[in-house]
Amino acid sequence: MTTENKGKGTSRRSFLTGAAAMGAGAVTATVAKGAGPDPLIAEKQAWAMATGDGVDATPYGLPIRFESDVVRRNVEWLTADTISSINFTPIHALDGTITPQGCAFERHHSGAIELAKEDYRLMINGLVDTPLVFSYADLERFPRVTRTYFCECAANTGMEWAGAQLNGAQFTHGMIHNMEYTGVTLRTLLEEAGLGAAGDLADKWVYVEGADASSNGRSIPMEKALDDVLVAFKANGEALRKEHGYPVRLVVPGWEGNMWVKWLRRIEVTAQAIESREETSKYTDTLANGVSRKWTWVMDAKSVITSPSPQAPITHGHGPLVITGLAWSGRGAITGVDISLDGGKNWQKARLAADGQDKALTRFYLDINWQGEDMLLQSRAHDSTGYVQPSKAQLREVRGLNSIYHNNCIQTWHVYPTGEAENVEVS
Amino acid sequence: MSKYRNLALTTAMATLMAATPAFADKMGLGRPALPEEIAAWNLDVSPNGDGLPVGSGDVMTGEEVFAEHCAVCHGDFAEGVDNWPKLAGGMDTLDHDDPLKTVGSYWPYLSTAWDYVHRSMPFGNAQTMSVDDTYAIVAYILFSNDLVDDDFVLSNENFLDVEMPNAGGFIIDDRETAEKHFWNPEPCMSNCKDSVEITMRATVLDVTPEEEGADAAAAQAEPVQVAAAEPAPAALAPAAATAAPAAPAIDMALAADGENVFKKCKACHQVGDDAKNKTGPVLNGVVGAKFGHIEDFKYSKPLQEMAEAGAVWDEASLTAFLTKPRDYIKGTKMSFAGLKKEDDIKAVIEYLKTFQ
Repeated sequence: MTTENKGKGTSRRSFLTGAAAMGAGAVTATVAKGAGPDPLIAEKQAWAMATGDGVDATPYGLPIRFESDVVRRNVEWLTADTISSINFTPIHALDGTITPQGCAFERHHSGAIELAKEDYRLMINGLVDTPLVFSYADLERFPRVTRTYFCECAANTGMEWAGAQLNGAQFTHGMIHNMEYTGVTLRTLLEEAGLGAAGDLADKWVYVEGADASSNGRSIPMEKALDDVLVAFKANGEALRKEHGYPVRLVVPGWEGNMWVKWLRRIEVTAQAIESREETSKYTDTLANGVSRKWTWVMDAKSVITSPSPQAPITHGHGPLVITGLAWSGRGAITGVDISLDGGKNWQKARLAADGQDKALTRFYLDINWQGEDMLLQSRAHDSTGYVQPSKAQLREVRGLNSIYHNNCIQTWHVYPTGEAENVEVS
Repeated sequence: MSKYRNLALTTAMATLMAATPAFADKMGLGRPALPEEIAAWNLDVSPNGDGLPVGSGDVMTGEEVFAEHCAVCHGDFAEGVDNWPKLAGGMDTLDHDDPLKTVGSYWPYLSTAWDYVHRSMPFGNAQTMSVDDTYAIVAYILFSNDLVDDDFVLSNENFLDVEMPNAGGFIIDDRETAEKHFWNPEPCMSNCKDSVEITMRATVLDVTPEEEGADAAAAQAEPVQVAAAEPAPAALAPAAATAAPAAPAIDMALAADGENVFKKCKACHQVGDDAKNKTGPVLNGVVGAKFGHIEDFKYSKPLQEMAEAGAVWDEASLTAFLTKPRDYIKGTKMSFAGLKKEDDIKAVIEYLKTFQ
């Protein structure tokens, strides 16, 4: 059965070694012309005769088995073990802007813990009028908001500073997801505890920490805390997944993912930044001269072409080709995306699937007629503050090679006449 | 003043100020936090020493505590094992390629080290270090970095006197000035370069993981062929009862539960065909094996001594060890606190039996 083949997906290795050659791929992927009637049409198929599953077969559905290759993956050599590690969203295989929870990247510092709603407590203490403790049920009684934001790990694309390294958009850009969150604004909770005791709020902070063994504490300026930070308990309409902080996580729009504390257990109003391990020894960006930037919270504007890309090669032969990708900015909304087919010599405007939303992913498309020409594909994002995504050379000029975090450079995919693609760097 | 720059700073501050005095009506939800509750959770320590409890610890004590609880990952001299963080060394490397960032070479505040050790370490057994032991460990880390002498005693009294070498090595996010030229809404659109050359290719490195998810799943689904474990020879270990005459068939359902429990062990131990020694030895064949059965793994002295005396890992000794590792083998390098539930121990042993 033809469909059986699809289930296995195309292994990158077999593709690159030529086992799945252009010709063979093209036959299965395109309706053959002039070769007689298509048996899928001319012959009766089993699924058109027998019955399928009943409504009681799948109380909670997972993707059909043919999509089993669309999963999170990790890079084993990156970290000492998988408990304090990261995996990557399969962005090369997704479209639209909302990331399904089940394949949205995970980053844990002491593993994903199981915390029941009944066992959940959230404390607000420090410079507040009345230190408070909330249960999960309490949180559901505050006025609620629903908003969509991207969450990007500061280390996304971090392995690419010194050169093109990982061969796939999932691995170079997959430390990102975009979900519709429902919860309570942090402002609402802080006001419930009362901020009179904090005095002048302009130089105050909130320190947030999780209930897991790492606690992953971070300091957030009061200005941001009162602006758009959410205490969220639903994502994409349903409860947060365990790996994303069930039952409650912090959402810090536009700012690095490490601050989006999962299993949120405490919010402390402080007179100073705590300078925890996650905001000193990590998540600080060392420049070429050895001086390090700290408090680099905002995620700069960035984009990547998700298809074609190394894990999503062109398999349909010449003719119409959809180039698509994602763009985002932690400073505001995406206002435009440019695409180059020739490594940045010439650019054209991509079509945005919808107007850019504040601090959320934007999908873009460029429809071209590909005749097998060699392409050096790039995308370049513009945001509502006038910021334009820089080239790798421009970034290195300011920051050197040792920053680890905040690599928002323009990505290049080399698309070969065979339709295969490779992560490359260009002059 | 604001702690960070923002293009929309004036607007944001205006909103903030306008909203500050007129707080909304309270909802009356939640309840006041009790002082004991705040004390239990409010553990963070600030650079100025706020939150630091009274106590002290010296370098020599720190060396012992470190060897027992930290060295398994961070090395006896804080030099780091495998990919685990190095805590010492790296002085003057921050402006080199691949700088070595340690507590000594990079961390700007000592409070961060104290806070992190006290609240989040040891990995897999967090929040178990006493206040004095934490002072001792931090003193030892300072010593490992040649920042204090071996007779140094760290306490809440002298904590702020310790000078961290890289304290002045940080600047606040300056992207909006240093990278002002990235705000350029009208970038070049055509003929922007004379030529474009490929300067680097990812496939040359070949470090990208294979995509064999489907194949791996298929392999796992195959029935596991398990040979009955050899009857263990009589063991000397006190908890080792008479060895079972013939190992019964493996309870695969229980082993499946054990696979879940084994997640707690995975940070340090591997099993299966490609298993390698990590911070702990490979556990293939451990059930029924003599103590110290992995030849190229460096076991703790006490474990080696028990091995020489002929001790064997049977269900009784494994159960005793997994219940309280440090009680069963005094001086074991395994920093794991132990499994609390008897069912978990049974399950994980059953799981280990499937790797012979």
